[in-house]
Order: sequence, then structure tokens, then C-alpha cells
Amino acid sequence: MMLAEITPTTTWYLILAAVLFSIGTVGVLVRRNPLVLFMCIELMLNAVNLSFVAMAKKLGDIGGQTTVFFVLVVAAAEVVVGLGIIVSILRKRPRATADDLAELKG
Amino acid sequence: MQLFVFIVAALMILVGAVGVIVRSHPVHAALSLVLTLFGVAVLFVAQDAHFLAAVQVIVYAGAIVVLFLFVIMLLGVDRAESLRIDPVKVQRPLAIIVGVGLCGLITASVIEGRKTLRARAAGIETATSVDGHDSNIKQLANDLFSNHVFAFEVTSVLLVIAVVGTVLLSRRPGKRGAADVLDEASSQ
Repeated sequence: MMLAEITPTTTWYLILAAVLFSIGTVGVLVRRNPLVLFMCIELMLNAVNLSFVAMAKKLGDIGGQTTVFFVLVVAAAEVVVGLGIIVSILRKRPRATADDLAELKG
Repeated sequence: MQLFVFIVAALMILVGAVGVIVRSHPVHAALSLVLTLFGVAVLFVAQDAHFLAAVQVIVYAGAIVVLFLFVIMLLGVDRAESLRIDPVKVQRPLAIIVGVGLCGLITASVIEGRKTLRARAAGIETATSVDGHDSNIKQLANDLFSNHVFAFEVTSVLLVIAVVGTVLLSRRPGKRGAADVLDEASSQ
């Protein structure tokens, strides 16, 4: 079988999404800078989007792509609110890390 | 050809993702994130999601990463975080074990369940499968505005709440807002 004739199947895409999601999880657990934590959450959201689109293609259902559309919107709103919180924390304490977020406690 | 596209895009995604979690400088991490997002957009095109690929580039790479960079520059937190310090002794090894375990678990379930995947709906229209260059957008819009129209309307409420909430959160306390100035100007 020629190498060029191999076409990537849905399973490949889903495994790639699993690896991407795991990398994002490790990032959330390891990193301490709140901005980088947010980037790792974006990685996890993108992994889920990738598997949704792969499933939409495989099952022939456009609903998967519609769901990704909503995930994009919610991710944008989440980043806006999250960065607002981070800005107000870091303005008060410029060197704050994720360990200092207990400050939020009323 | 499809194999080549997949391999290149997968390499972009994985290199970018590893870059996000190992680069100690937040700006470098944000630029690695752009690489990952572009790789995902390429795979969206490969999976016939043309509209979502465009939105991915515009919204994620264009807006969200720029927002990240803007906050990094605005706050002046663009100094490298020392990755040598391990605040909790067992945190790193535990995190890596959790990551590898999660990856193995999802991969095993995907491989186990791949036999049950079969097409159930009408299929996704693309420019090559039907006439017309914008068939994917039309099909997506039909689904969005017929089956999910209520969720779409709720989304607009969510965005308004997010904007108002952010303005309230990031306003400097103690300073007079524009509204007070306007009130005084009108009372004089």
C-alpha cells in the first residue's frame, strides 16, 4: 500500500484531540501564572472542538459543527471575564500566582 | 496528500501545545498558542468545516490571543516565571501521571468504540459534494437558525453580561466615572 493512499480516519483525529486535551490538563496542573493557566484551558477547549468536528464529519451530522460554534462564543465570553478578574488581581498584587487566588475570598 | 496535511497540522498542534506549557515567558506561551490554533484551523478545513476554520482564525488567533498579549503588556507581567521552583514537591510528577493516564484512558475508549461509529444523518455538504461554494455555511446556518435558534438568542444575552461584568470588574475603584462627570456637567 502506497503511503500517499493512507487517509487519516476519525480515530486519528480523536486520538490527537485526546493528546491535546491531556497536554492542556498537565499545563493547568503544573503552571502557576494565571494567564498561562487560561491558555491551557483554551488548549483543552480546542481539543474538544477538534473531536466535535471530527465526529460531525464521521456521523454526517452538522450539529457537531453548530456545537463548536457555541463553544467558540462561550470561550470568548469566558476569556473576557477571566482576564477582567486577572487584571484586577494583578493590579493589586503584580506578582500574584495561582496560589494567591485565595485572595478572592470575600 | 491528506496524510501529509494531517501530519503537518498535528505536528503544529503538538509543538504549539507543548510550547504553551514549557515556555516560561508568557509572551512565548501566547505565540505557541497561535501555532496550535492555526493547526486546529487546518484540521477543520481538512474535515470540511470551512466556516469554523475561518472563525477559528478570526476569533481565536485574531481576538483572544491578541487580548492575552494585550493583558500581558498592560500589566507588565512579561517576566519569565521560574519553572525551577516546585511549590508542592510531588505536584509535577503527579500532574504528568494524571496527564498520561487521561490520555491513555481516552485513547483506549476511542479505539474500543470506533466500531460503533457510523453515519446517521444526511451528511455534511461541501463545495465539492454539491454545487455552490458556500454550501457548508448554508447548511450550518440552516441548523443554527432552525434547531438552535433559542440557544443563539441566549448567546447574545451571555455576551452582553460578559461585557458589562468585565467593565464593572476592571473599573478602578475610588476614581470618578464618566457618568458622575456628566451628571455634574448637566447640573451646572
